[in-house]
Amino acid sequence: MDKIVIIGNGISGVTAARHIRKNSDSEILIISAETEHFFSRTALMYVYMGHMRFEDIKPYEDWFWEKNRIDLKFDRVEDIKTDTKQLVMKSGGSINYDKLILAVGSKPNKFGWPGQDLDGVQGLYSFQDLESIEANSKNAKRAVIVGGGLIGVELAEMMLSRGIAVTFLVRESKFWGNVLPDQEGKLISRHIQKHHVDLRFNTELDEIIADENGRAKAIKTKDGEIIECQIVGLTAGVSPNVAFIKNTNIEVERGIKVNEFFETNIKDVYAIGDCAQFDQGVNGRRNIEQVWYTGRIMGETIAQTVTGNRLAYNPGPWFNSAKFFDIEYQTYGWVFAEKLEGEADFYWEHPKGEICIHVVWDEVTGLFKGLNVFGVRMRHDLFDKWLRDGAGVDEVMANLSTANFDPEFYSHYEKAIVAQFNAETGRNVELKAKKWWRNLIRN
Amino acid sequence: MKNLKYTGMVIFLIGLAIFTTTPFLGNVKMTEAVMLETLDEQKLGNLEVQLREQLLDKEFSSAFAFSRAFIGIYEAKNEELKANKEWGQVMHTKSASVALDLSRASNNGIVTQNKWLFFFLTFGLGIIGALFYIIVDLKLKGPPGIKNDGIYHDTATNRGWIGVLTAVWLVTFYIVLYFHPYIMTDAISLTDPVKGLFKEGAMASQWFLYGLLYCTSMLVMGVRMYIKYRHNKYQIVRTTSVLFFQVIFAFLLVEILPLFGLPGRDLKNAMPLDYTFLYKYNIQELLDAGQFGMFLIIWGFVLSIIVVPTLVYFYGKRWYCSWVCGCGGLAETLGDPYRQLSNKKLWAWKLERWLVHGVLVFAAILTVFVGIHTFTSLGGVNDGEGVSTIMGISAFDVRDWYGFMVGAVFAGVIGTGFYPLFGNRTWCRFGCPLAAYMGLVQRFKSRFRITTNGGQCISCGNCSTYCEQGIDVRAYAQKGQNIIRSSCVGCGVCSAVCPRGVLKLENGPEAGRFGNEGPIVLGNDGFQLNQ
Ligand SMILES: Cc1cc2nc3c(=O)[nH]c(=O)nc-3n(C[C@H](O)[C@H](O)[C@H](O)COP(=O)(O)OP(=O)(O)OC[C@H]3O[C@@H](n4cnc5c(N)ncnc54)[C@H](O)[C@@H]3O)c2cc1C
Ligand code: SF4
Ligand code: SF4
Repeated sequence: MDKIVIIGNGISGVTAARHIRKNSDSEILIISAETEHFFSRTALMYVYMGHMRFEDIKPYEDWFWEKNRIDLKFDRVEDIKTDTKQLVMKSGGSINYDKLILAVGSKPNKFGWPGQDLDGVQGLYSFQDLESIEANSKNAKRAVIVGGGLIGVELAEMMLSRGIAVTFLVRESKFWGNVLPDQEGKLISRHIQKHHVDLRFNTELDEIIADENGRAKAIKTKDGEIIECQIVGLTAGVSPNVAFIKNTNIEVERGIKVNEFFETNIKDVYAIGDCAQFDQGVNGRRNIEQVWYTGRIMGETIAQTVTGNRLAYNPGPWFNSAKFFDIEYQTYGWVFAEKLEGEADFYWEHPKGEICIHVVWDEVTGLFKGLNVFGVRMRHDLFDKWLRDGAGVDEVMANLSTANFDPEFYSHYEKAIVAQFNAETGRNVELKAKKWWRNLIRN
Repeated sequence: MKNLKYTGMVIFLIGLAIFTTTPFLGNVKMTEAVMLETLDEQKLGNLEVQLREQLLDKEFSSAFAFSRAFIGIYEAKNEELKANKEWGQVMHTKSASVALDLSRASNNGIVTQNKWLFFFLTFGLGIIGALFYIIVDLKLKGPPGIKNDGIYHDTATNRGWIGVLTAVWLVTFYIVLYFHPYIMTDAISLTDPVKGLFKEGAMASQWFLYGLLYCTSMLVMGVRMYIKYRHNKYQIVRTTSVLFFQVIFAFLLVEILPLFGLPGRDLKNAMPLDYTFLYKYNIQELLDAGQFGMFLIIWGFVLSIIVVPTLVYFYGKRWYCSWVCGCGGLAETLGDPYRQLSNKKLWAWKLERWLVHGVLVFAAILTVFVGIHTFTSLGGVNDGEGVSTIMGISAFDVRDWYGFMVGAVFAGVIGTGFYPLFGNRTWCRFGCPLAAYMGLVQRFKSRFRITTNGGQCISCGNCSTYCEQGIDVRAYAQKGQNIIRSSCVGCGVCSAVCPRGVLKLENGPEAGRFGNEGPIVLGNDGFQLNQ
């Protein structure tokens, strides 16, 4: 019987283990140096903010693992001997494997800033980061957050929940500029400022200044401004956590190199999740994908391959979501920061400036390509179907009422949206009455 | 702003403290007239001598002291009668309620002399303080949105010491209310003026005090719900609905109907939650009340047998549990700060199924016993005494057991008293037979479900944490399955707190109700998804 060892108990490793168990009786071992049990990384902020306890962000109760015969080991893998199929453990000794799945995730980027390793300077990624931010928050009055992306906003929200003022340095001229189009970036920037975050665009970190005890006491921007602070949050993206793999035989570039079957250059060694780097992005995606959902999809897929049904990574249409303070965001398909050539788009914003919808389609064929929504929920199933079937933008706009996923009694804006859409694009879409949504999927 | 909040809290606590001290502010002296007027012939016959000797015209510094003395005499006499096998003379009225009547009529303490003043010092200060405390959140907590910051850092809401103290207070209150109401003689009397608004000079009962307190708590904490969920229309509409049904149906109508000579009944209280409906005295009273009484009898049956299951089929049991019901109403307003404390573990779910269905069976047995007794006696069997013993078990015993264990201890003491420890729906989840009945319909034959939005769940756990019914919502959502659980009361809070827009309460065709059946979540095209 095969012994399958998975390094990493994040979403990708755990999904793989669960699905391997569904398909086979193999021995399964998950190793992690972070926490004994799987927890939801995306929910770390809520523990700090007091919405939940740590035990509440564990998606499975602790008995789950034994019941499903998934062995757990709380230890660090120091080295991988691929020729003898052995893992060298930090606690001493070694572990054999027949098949090895690397699901080792990411680590926060540090760009060699002077002072980046001082006390009080940290990223937000791991359980240990949660512990240290808890400690760093004692007596803190101001935090400077570097890097305008999702995790930066979460960190800002966390700080404010404890009454710690936030200065937020964003290198670009707008928030999350490499992902969001201008309009959405502005909408979110306004909302962040409404929460009294001191948001600085076009501002870069130059260095972090230490006090006499080696703690951060201020930062200096590239413009020479000095901002006093007790916490510096580094949230300028993440990159694959591959340091310990670099000196093994496994091929590593930015991430662990894999083909679409997650196979590395070494037989029986696979990589999934944040740490995997494809030769070429699959289905037009990036070649390193660092989101929860892709980790899960990769875990589902690799489980097939290691249990004898070799299956290629084939994710459906792209989707993602996030929340910026009080505004939820969902996206289906691709809406790029800059429109691609041949794309047309339409943007509607509610007069109060906290709800918007942005639709992109092919200028010539009318093919629907993607949608961003802020402050409105949409049905994943419908958009997934539209994107896979190659629906036209008119069909999408006509069925917006059915696609809406907001709770009952919420105000609806589809009429205004479609009216403005018709006026701006010269198209002639008639908004259809809301139907039971599955009727749209079935026909 | 913060200071304003603290000031509100202080005012509230002063009101609460005065309310809590009222039992020590009495001054009870029973006169001959009161004694003769309050006690019936049998009791007078049994007790008059001792009462004259020991209690008459004596001053007691509290209703409690007086009542203990009275109850001592009363119980001793009953013991003596039983020992002498003088069954005909044994008194069946609960000594506590006789004591309450006597001390109500004999109390002349500072509270009873200044009822309006004390009403203001307790209810008034409580309401004003609480509203201050709540309303400043409009500014303090920032723009509209889910603001659960610090809930698990706050000892009031994380089972810390404030929570424990709150629970002790509430449990004590319920024990006094149900079993030793004479202790709250003074608290009851300070609501006399409000009772008087309905009927000149009428005296409030302990249930009037309770009803008033219940409505006030719901209204004040309802304001908190309006502020907390001002971005969420489902919550606003639902809160308005429970407040409406509590204040109009459970309180005002029950007070007003008797003014027109009609029986005051809560028209929305459905069997088997309303377990006294079939009691002989109730049916008799309704029969005596002419056409309206007849209507109430028929409505009682129609409500439970037709209206309840039909509406559950169309909308899920939420139409009752979190839109109409009084217990649910209190849980959704006063109890909202405690919703995260419900237990989400698998064993709790197992326990829930045993308990709640056990109570349902118990309620069914009660209904059969009481039903047979009531209708046989109304039908004239046994000279109108009816059949009260079935298979050697007395219907009166079944009534007493149920009334004590389920009606008082489970629904009151545990159900509400333990809000700050076990969460706000302990009764609804583990004890309510109506909920169990509706749950069966909801689970097996209903158009209601909570739809999971494809693959958008990030397993964060907010939904499960804030589910007051202890449903592990995430366990379904992260698999792309819809949530169909008999215990879901459709409060909509899981959907409200989800940061990724994953959950939607909705009614639709039964086909495909359970959502994704396969192991693969939407978003992975490597597999054929079951559609
Ligand atoms: C704060 C935060 C919020 C996020 N929010 C979202 C979101 O809303 N939506 C979204 O789609 N994505 C979000 N993400 C990204 C998402 O969480 C990640 O993409 C995902 O968790 C990656 O999963 P993974 O299984 O690949 O790796 P990880 O979850 O990083 O798991 C890797 C595990 O392997 C362990 N490990 C590594 N090396 C070793 C070793 N040598 N020995 C033993 N153990 C080892 C690590 O300690 C870690 O526990 C967020 C990330 C963060 C940090
Ligand atoms: S599942 Fe959701 S709607 Fe149902 S009771 Fe729980 S929180 Fe309320
Ligand atoms: S709150 Fe939403 S995202 Fe979080 S676990 Fe529940 S359904 Fe999933």
